Amino acid sequence: MSPMAIVGAAESERIGKVPELSALQLHIDAALRAIEDSGIPPELIDGIATAGHPPIDVAHYLGIRPNYVDGTRVGGCSFLAHVRHACAAIQAGHCTAVLVTHGQSGRSRIGMTYPDPGAESMHGQFEAPFGTTGPVSMLPLNVLRYMKDVGLTHEQLAGVVVAQRQWAQRNPRAFKRELLTVDDVLNSPYITYPLHAPECCLVTDAGGAVIVMEAGAATALGVRKPLVHIRGSGEASETPMITTMEDLTSSQAFRTSGQLAFQSAGITPEDVDHLMIYDAFAHLPILGLEDLGFVGGGEAGAFIAEGRTAPGGQLPMNTNGGGLAYTHTGMYGMFAILESVRQIRNEAAAQVEDVRVSVAHGIGGMFNHAATLVLSSEAA
Amino acid sequence: MTTAGPRVAPIATPDTAPFWEATSRGELALPRCRSCLTYIFYPRSHCPSCFSRELDWTVLSGMASLHSFVIAHLPAPGFDPPYVIAIVELAEGPRMMTNIVGVEPSPESLELDMALQVVFELQGDVMVPRFRPVDEGK
Ligand SMILES: [Zn+2]
Repeated sequence: MSPMAIVGAAESERIGKVPELSALQLHIDAALRAIEDSGIPPELIDGIATAGHPPIDVAHYLGIRPNYVDGTRVGGCSFLAHVRHACAAIQAGHCTAVLVTHGQSGRSRIGMTYPDPGAESMHGQFEAPFGTTGPVSMLPLNVLRYMKDVGLTHEQLAGVVVAQRQWAQRNPRAFKRELLTVDDVLNSPYITYPLHAPECCLVTDAGGAVIVMEAGAATALGVRKPLVHIRGSGEASETPMITTMEDLTSSQAFRTSGQLAFQSAGITPEDVDHLMIYDAFAHLPILGLEDLGFVGGGEAGAFIAEGRTAPGGQLPMNTNGGGLAYTHTGMYGMFAILESVRQIRNEAAAQVEDVRVSVAHGIGGMFNHAATLVLSSEAA
Repeated sequence: MTTAGPRVAPIATPDTAPFWEATSRGELALPRCRSCLTYIFYPRSHCPSCFSRELDWTVLSGMASLHSFVIAHLPAPGFDPPYVIAIVELAEGPRMMTNIVGVEPSPESLELDMALQVVFELQGDVMVPRFRPVDEGK
């Protein structure tokens, strides 16, 4: 197996509220900046991967003619899966350089063309009739069960926000930078009980892109930035419906994806210096820490409340501020990858010291899917 | 503060049609595997546990327990917030999404594992299953 690496990475120049760009333009702005970041000639890119917009739309608008196309759309973690698939495709000799792009105008709603699954879909028959309004009404459905069976207090859940606002405060690009106390969170209005407004993700406009190549080929080309080695990856599906999860207090997709990623990288959670867990809602890092094996069952709430993932803690997590405070377009996974890349390159706004191994973990849909990447400054 | 428009109604497909025909008769029914006796939710045309195609549509008791829930504070077409979206565990085993009705939509009135029974409400031209607390002592 030849080692693979992320050789270029960038966000759109502006994130947050960007009404002057369509969703497709956000893909392209990020793609152009990632190409510039890598220093590789654009004509070398022969693979495209994206979710949301059709990959051919993105490739043609950009001006490339790919012979590897990945339109895997498994929710917000799609881009982590794309990176994993790109490694396999390059390994197999199908292509040389794969561009993975994301762009969503979640806030301004410019050029957002996502289809509704329709009243004949299983979602349309068995979820939508009950007044679902997307993830905000469905993804928190397991919180109360977790609180009762595993043990988690409303205060501990609010602690996730408190920790991540401390990171966001250090990041000038973060959308919400004010520090909050547990009481501030608990005194905020409910969006979806038991979650208060600050415990629910932002809705923003942003784009992001990464380029995957074989590490040796990238070095021979002379890329501009230090390589971010892809040491391992995993992904797994469980169910299209949260009601049919085997256990609402633990995600089978999280567990399997994490195990595959750690096994393929030959590491354990103790080896991880920095962690990104997709936080569309405050309970996701709690399940993530437990299902990925960073803490035991029922320990994550206290772990976060004690500041172990906050600045100065032993396991810095969601150091950009996360989907709760940095940015959240709709499919946030790309921004988890990009913060891991910045931390490894030593160019993050809230830089953690000596990040050699970073793990980025994403959720897709309502615990439908998960994908995990193990990234490192070192090839092995 | 209800958003404009009626509640969205489901449209049956060949595999789910018996489910919606049952609700129109005031019954909750699911396919059950003849080989391994698994109740199958959502309705499918084979058993995902043992891959048998031999299924029997079976009328259920309509009894359930409150497995988990949220209280939606954002409006949806035809719904007045706050309203309860829940996952109920049917007495026969499967879990499904529904609304809890006939009770105040507040954390104080809703307790996990409380006993529920099915009721049917017309939505478009389809009877949709919802659940309400079991009347105690009646
Ligand atoms: Zn069976």
